[in-house]
Amino acid sequence: MIYINGTANISPQPTLRNDKFLADIKQYNTNMLQCIEPDYSVFFKAIALRRMSRVLKLGWAAAKSCLDDAGLKAPDSICVGSGKGCFKNTEMFMSLVNENEEKFVPPSLFIQSAHGSIAAQIAIQSGCKNYNMTYAQRTFSFESALIDAMMLLQEGKHKNILVGGVDEIEESQFKTFDRIGHYKDTNTNNLKLLTYNSKGTIAGEGSTFFLLNNHPTEKTYARIKSVYTFSNPRNNTTTKEIIEAFLERENLSMKEVDLVILGLNGDAEFDSIYYNLMTTLFSENRQTYYKHLCGEYHTSSAFALWLSSMIIRHQKIPKIVDLNEKPLKEINNILIYNQYQNINHSLIFITKHN
Amino acid sequence: MNQRKNKVFITGMGIISALGIGVQQNLERLIEGKSGIGPIRQLKTRLSNELIAGEIHYSNEELIDLSGIKNKEGISRSALLGIIAAREAIQNLDFNNPKIRTGLISGTTAEAMTNIELYLKDFLSNNNRNEFIESQDWGFSTEIIAKELGITGYQTTINTACSSAANAIMTGARMIKHNLLDRVLVGGTDALSKVMLNGFHALMIVDPEISKPFDRDRRGLNIGEGSAFLVLESEKIAHEKNIICELRGYGNSNDAYHLTALSPDGKGTAMAMNNAITESGLKTTAINYINAHGTGTANSDLSEVLGIENVFGKNPPSFSSTKPFTGHTLGSAGAIEGVFSVLSIQNNLVFPNLNFSQKMDETELIPETALEKAIEINHVLSNSFGFGGNNTSLLFSKVLS
Repeated sequence: MIYINGTANISPQPTLRNDKFLADIKQYNTNMLQCIEPDYSVFFKAIALRRMSRVLKLGWAAAKSCLDDAGLKAPDSICVGSGKGCFKNTEMFMSLVNENEEKFVPPSLFIQSAHGSIAAQIAIQSGCKNYNMTYAQRTFSFESALIDAMMLLQEGKHKNILVGGVDEIEESQFKTFDRIGHYKDTNTNNLKLLTYNSKGTIAGEGSTFFLLNNHPTEKTYARIKSVYTFSNPRNNTTTKEIIEAFLERENLSMKEVDLVILGLNGDAEFDSIYYNLMTTLFSENRQTYYKHLCGEYHTSSAFALWLSSMIIRHQKIPKIVDLNEKPLKEINNILIYNQYQNINHSLIFITKHN
Repeated sequence: MNQRKNKVFITGMGIISALGIGVQQNLERLIEGKSGIGPIRQLKTRLSNELIAGEIHYSNEELIDLSGIKNKEGISRSALLGIIAAREAIQNLDFNNPKIRTGLISGTTAEAMTNIELYLKDFLSNNNRNEFIESQDWGFSTEIIAKELGITGYQTTINTACSSAANAIMTGARMIKHNLLDRVLVGGTDALSKVMLNGFHALMIVDPEISKPFDRDRRGLNIGEGSAFLVLESEKIAHEKNIICELRGYGNSNDAYHLTALSPDGKGTAMAMNNAITESGLKTTAINYINAHGTGTANSDLSEVLGIENVFGKNPPSFSSTKPFTGHTLGSAGAIEGVFSVLSIQNNLVFPNLNFSQKMDETELIPETALEKAIEINHVLSNSFGFGGNNTSLLFSKVLS
C-alpha cells in the first residue's frame, strides 16, 4: 500500500501553505502563467540564495514544504520528474558560448544547467545521501518519478520517498513553442480556457511534491493505487480500449470511480479526445479539470495529483474545477487522465485510505 | 521481495562509438588497444583547434542513411545514434510481439543541445528552423527511437548527467523485477555538442591529449559521443539461445556533497558499489573486473579509487577505465561501458587502461594497463558517476549453463 503522507504545491494559484483549498483563485489575461513564489529567504541562506537559479528555488521550496507537511526533516530517497529541468540556464550558457565565440566562457551557468541538479539540490539541502533520480520524458516525467517511487517502497529498503514534478516557463521558451502553435493566438482568460474553440493552449509551470510511505499517518491524504502510461494510440477508440483494459486490470468499474480529473487544456484539436470520453466511458462520472489554474506544462499531472489528494482530504470539490454537477455523497476513488497532443497519455488512480 | 527469484537477462546489445559501429568493431578495437579519440571534424567548434574528442566519423547525413530513419525532419544527432544502436540490439529478437510488454528507457544529457546551439537565435527571432524546435528537450530522442522501433508501451528518459544510462539500465531491470514489463530496451545516447565541450573546458577538466585515468599526472577528460542499448528480458520470456549475460545487481547513491564534485573521501562511490554487490547476493571476492568510471579528472578518479579501496580493501579485482578509448560519452557512458562489461564476460578479457604510467600519491592501487586474457571473468562491476554526486554501479554476471 502506498500512502501520500504529505504534499506541497507551488503553482500560479495561491496553493502553498494555504488551508483555504482553492478558495482564492487568480485570474490571468495572458498565455503564460507563472508561479506565485514564496519568500525564499525562509528556505535558503542569503549567500546560497543569490547564486541559485529560479527552478532550483522552486524545487527546494516545494520539497521542504512537503517535508514539513509530513513532519520530516529529510526523506530516504528522492525522485524528481522535470520535462525542462534547468533548461533556462542551458539556454543562457549556450547564448554566452555563441556570443563570446567560445572564448572566455565562465562555467557557473553550465554547472547550474545540469538537469539532475533539482534533485541534487534537495539532497544537499536535506542531507539525503540515498537513492536520487531525475526523469525527463516530457509529459511522462512526473509519472516516471512516481512509478519509480512506488517501486522503491515495494522494494522495502526506504521508507519515506519524496517525489515531485518541477517545471518552469519563461519568456524565450514560451516564444519558441508559441512559434510552432503550442499556445493560443490571442490573450486568454485562464478561467474561460475551455470557451475559446481555438487551437493551442496556455503555458504554465509548477513545483509539486509528495511524501510517500508504506504506512499511513495522521497526516495521510490518500492512497495511490496505480500509475499507467501509454503512447501514440491509433485513434480515440484505441485510447478508450486502453483505459478500459487498465480499469479491468485494476479490478475497477467506472461506476466505482467517483471523480475523474481531466487534462483538458483548451486546445480544440486535442481536447476532443477528452470530450469523446466524457460522453462515453466517463459519462456517468463527476468530471473536473485543472489546467485553467496552472497552465499546460510537462509535469502538470503533479498538480492534478495534489488536487485529488486535497479533494479526498477535504471531501470537497472546489467549484472552480467542476465540469458537471453530478451529486456525490462520498469521494473515495479518483481517476486522473492526462494527455498532450495525443502522444503521451497517463492514468493515475488514487483512493481514500480509510 | 526475493530479487534472485526473478532474474533479468541481457538478450541483445548494440553500440556506436568513436571505436566504430557495432559490437564486433568495438570489441576488435578494444583488443587492439587502439583509441578512437582524435581531432574534431564533424562538430563545428572553435575548440577543435585545441581539443580532441571521441567523435564518430560520420556526418549527420551519413548517419541518417545508416539509421534507416523514415522521418528525418527536425532530427537530432543523438536520436540518429540511438536508432543505430537500438536497431542492432534488437536484430535477433522477435521484437514486436504484442503479447510481450515492451518498454524503452534511455539516458541522455546533451540531447537537447546539438540542434539548439545552432538554431537558438532562429528559434527566438524567425521561422527558419521551426522543424528543430521540438527536438530541444531530453525526451525527444526517446520518442523518436520508440516510434522507429514500434514501441508503444512504457517509455521514459533519465537525465542524471554522466550516470544517466546506468540509471536507465537499473530502472529497466527493476521494472522487470516488479513485473511491470517483460522486456525493456535500456541504454543511452549523447552526441558531441559545443555546449558540453565548452562547459567542461570552462571547468578546466578537459585534457588536450588523450586522458590518463587514475594516473598521478592526470589532467582531465576527453568528451566523446555515442550510443548503446541493451535488451533486458525477464526470466519468463527470455529464450536460452538469446541469453548473453545476467544483470545481477545495481545500486545508486547520492553524495549530497556538491552540484558538480564527488565527495573526495569516496564514501558516495563506495555506497553505490556496495549497494550493487548486496543486491546481487555475491561476495566482493566474486568480482573479477571493475569497469571504472575513470574519467581522468582529479576529483572523480580519486573519489572512485578510494571508493574501490573502501569496498574491496588493498587487493581489489582488476580495474580499468575504457574512457581513453571512447572519450567520456556523458549520458550514454553507462550503456557503452555496460556493453564493454558484457564483452569482458563473453570473452574473458580485461580491457587495458590506456596511458597509465604513475600511481597516485593517495593510494597504492593501479589499474590494469595491458589486455588481460588469462583469467576467467564471471562477474563485472561497472561504475558511472555524475554531476550532483549521482553514483550508480551495475553488476553483470556470466550465465553458466
